[in-house]
Amino acid sequence: MQFPILSVIIFIPLVAALLILLLPAQQRNWIRGLALGAVTLDFLLTLVVYFSYDAAAGGYQMLERFAWLPALGISYYVGVDGISAPLVLMAGVVAFCGVLVSWNVDDRPREFFSFLLFLAVSVLGVFASLDLFQLFFFFELAIFPKYLMIVVWGSPKTREYGGMKLTLYLFIGSMFALLGALAIYFGSGLRTFDMLALEKAGFAAEFQRFWFLFVFLGFGVLGGIFPFYSWAPDGHVAAPTAISMMLAGVEMKVGTFAALRVGIMLLPEGARHWAWLILALATVNVVYGALIAMIQSDFKYVIGFSSVSHMGLVLIGFASLNAKGLLGAGLQMFSHGVMTALFFAVVGMVYDRTHTRDIARLGGLYRKMPWAAVGFIIGGLVSMGMPGFSGFVAEFPIFMGAWQAMPVVAIIAILGILITAAYILLVVRRVFFGDLPADYEMVADISLLDKIAIGVLAAMMIALGCFPVLMEPLVASGVGRIMALLGGM
Amino acid sequence: MMIDVGRMMLEILPEIGLLILIGVVLVLDLFWRKSRKKLGWVSFAGLLLIFVLTLVFVQPARLPQLTWGGMISLDMTGYIFRMIFIAGAALTVLYAIANDSLAGRGEFYLLLLTSTLGMCFMASAADLIMLFLAIETTTVPLFVLAGFLTRDQKSVESGIKYLLFAAMTSAVMLYGFTWLYGFSGTTQLYQIAERLKYGFVPQAAVVAAMMLVLVGFGFKISAVPFHFWAPDVYDGAPYPVAGFLSTASKAAGFAVLARALFVIFPLQTETWTLIVALLSTASMFVGNLLALAQKNIKRLLAYSSIAQAGYILIGVAADSPLGTSGVIYYLSAYLLTNLAAFGIVALVGRAVGSDEISAYAGLSRRSPALALAMLVVMLSLGGIPPFAGFIGKLLVFAAAIERGLIWLAILGVINTIVALFYYLTVLKVIYLYRSEEEDKPLAVSSAAGTALVICIVGIIALGVVIAPLYGWSTDAAATLLFLPR
Repeated sequence: MQFPILSVIIFIPLVAALLILLLPAQQRNWIRGLALGAVTLDFLLTLVVYFSYDAAAGGYQMLERFAWLPALGISYYVGVDGISAPLVLMAGVVAFCGVLVSWNVDDRPREFFSFLLFLAVSVLGVFASLDLFQLFFFFELAIFPKYLMIVVWGSPKTREYGGMKLTLYLFIGSMFALLGALAIYFGSGLRTFDMLALEKAGFAAEFQRFWFLFVFLGFGVLGGIFPFYSWAPDGHVAAPTAISMMLAGVEMKVGTFAALRVGIMLLPEGARHWAWLILALATVNVVYGALIAMIQSDFKYVIGFSSVSHMGLVLIGFASLNAKGLLGAGLQMFSHGVMTALFFAVVGMVYDRTHTRDIARLGGLYRKMPWAAVGFIIGGLVSMGMPGFSGFVAEFPIFMGAWQAMPVVAIIAILGILITAAYILLVVRRVFFGDLPADYEMVADISLLDKIAIGVLAAMMIALGCFPVLMEPLVASGVGRIMALLGGM
Repeated sequence: MMIDVGRMMLEILPEIGLLILIGVVLVLDLFWRKSRKKLGWVSFAGLLLIFVLTLVFVQPARLPQLTWGGMISLDMTGYIFRMIFIAGAALTVLYAIANDSLAGRGEFYLLLLTSTLGMCFMASAADLIMLFLAIETTTVPLFVLAGFLTRDQKSVESGIKYLLFAAMTSAVMLYGFTWLYGFSGTTQLYQIAERLKYGFVPQAAVVAAMMLVLVGFGFKISAVPFHFWAPDVYDGAPYPVAGFLSTASKAAGFAVLARALFVIFPLQTETWTLIVALLSTASMFVGNLLALAQKNIKRLLAYSSIAQAGYILIGVAADSPLGTSGVIYYLSAYLLTNLAAFGIVALVGRAVGSDEISAYAGLSRRSPALALAMLVVMLSLGGIPPFAGFIGKLLVFAAAIERGLIWLAILGVINTIVALFYYLTVLKVIYLYRSEEEDKPLAVSSAAGTALVICIVGIIALGVVIAPLYGWSTDAAATLLFLPR
């Protein structure tokens, strides 16, 4: 039997989380050491998964399957394809960096790291799920870590509001998606939650059109789709740094990934029917998100709204329903995940040292924390879609796909990128350059662990930007399957 | 003949066991004047033994059989519900041992066991007379238990309220029984259906009788509009009694509700599906919306339990094998969850001296383990994986969709969202807010600790390992839908 690598990846954080809960609260070093050990191992294993995925062969690989509740056709069924393998890697790296930047949490570190690891279990589980029930199981597993971590360790002013808003929005979305999933289950007549079997169920067009919106918008809430995006900036800003990274970086991709996997891949005719709506909403996402980001005075809100804007591009890629658009969307999910994690990490580092997120009061921090500044600038270049960085590799195909599907969308969305360039450059200039306010003369540089986190995240984006061949064939093989489903109508 | 009697005895082994245990407790209560606390452990050990014996020896055949002159139906439903009741009683006994004002009182265990005996008969009664006697055997001890703390005015008030409501609804239900007897000329549940079918009884009259009967069952499961007693009674009754009332007693109500609807009224399915769906909707909305406003944890749990009854009713309304197994799964999950909830509330209530939700501030610092237990409980009530409540909710919602009751599933989902808000609010108080007493340790007695560990492990086990209980539930559901030989 082959080594069950995906299960190991999913269950390492779970075991670590439970062990941490058993440790006495005073053993801070053991607690965080155990957490770091778990995510490091996980990160390495996700790298193994990523590089051992055979893009030429395509399809689902590293499959594992156990009967869970055979009476209802539920199984524990994991595997990755070209779309999910990069996402598993992205979840691995963001979890790793999340622990690194949280090293100095001193309020109840036991609960903090344990909940953080639960969140990692949830996202990894969703990305690897090939069973619809299992996907929901892992999806909803994230609810309590998300809520409690924002409320307990978040920024005092808005955490209660932001945490509850985020949790309820996402729960509403997921519950409606659940109804859609149950309808798919019964509608197929196959009595199985196996998504590979459900893909071939051949649902009636009417059925698909009715239930597609339940599923796509339900999951799309977590992807930040307009007009259900407002939890995102509020939630991300209220959350502690590591959770902002996980939420904006990974969790939002969980939403779009599930929307793709369940919405588009199981109900392709529904997707075709509603593509215009998704395109329209996603275009609003891109432009409106960027415009709002532009006028924010709070450093963290800028990034929060920029996520809304960038996730719009992922959705445009999906809704273009052609190979180019989907390829770009797949790459953008990875690229944006890493980029946003980097952004939020830097914002957190700046806030920890200056105790403000007000852009007007910041300045000249390049001299005090050059690593953070360089990291942020690299993230900014990715965000603007500069060639040589992962953002370009991802966004260019999205615009090509959008042009094929509906040129006007591409034109409007490109406006969004121009606005993005404007606000990123403004923020970089105001926060990192210019005069250093006198209050911050004594600000310390970031720690070595922080630098490692920034370095790892930045290296990934540059590597993908310079060598797209590292990821394009993988995603393209995954897109090939989706196109077959869309074309096989 | 001897063998026959032996088999008949074996068929009601749990009930006989309970009767013997009641006798033992009664006698020991006379002699152990100084160490009555041990009576609790005797009861617990006895219940444990009965549980194991039932599990091993009372496994029914796949097809239901009538025994004891048609008084009792021997089937999976009775089997599984009996175990639910006995487990609930055993856990309640543990909580009672941990409760200073109950532990040393032999009559408490006696009454609790008697009530459990009644529930066991409720789950398998196949005759109107048997059913009524079982319901009364269950309910009468519960009046006394609710008003057990005679020096506490709230407790006495709670006992009286429960008595008045129970008496009234029982009377209405009994009136309904007389109609059924009048129409069919028999008290045997399975024959009533036959006779109603061929007896040319007007449909409207049958439906009226069904409504009358539903009043009594609706009271037991605290469904809206028969729910008014629940918050006051839970608030006033001793903690373990409130837990028992909200779980085992409710499960017993569902057992008879499901049996009556499926067995007596198979021809009126369309009517009662609608009625149950409406009861469910009302219970979910009233329970959840009123729970939002509660500041007292016991009252919050009371309204939440009304709402939970609403979710479970979705499974009944689905009128399908999946729905009925969902009901049984949900009830098992809910039993463990709510018993754990009342256990924690009792511990915190005694340590802090208040049942206000605000009294839970600082609990995660004061007792991280108890805070985690509450986390598990609240999430399970909210229907979040990997806890048992998630599977229960999933099954009943799935049943509604399978049946085409999409509107009911959507209303259920909306309610789940509302409910998550107040469950999370409790967790927020526990984890976020601070209190001056957070450095004082919070003592958990061994009895309460054992019960809590059993509940929490059970909640997680039922949330992750779904197949065994689901298999039993489907078997039980199947027996309700077949007529016995």
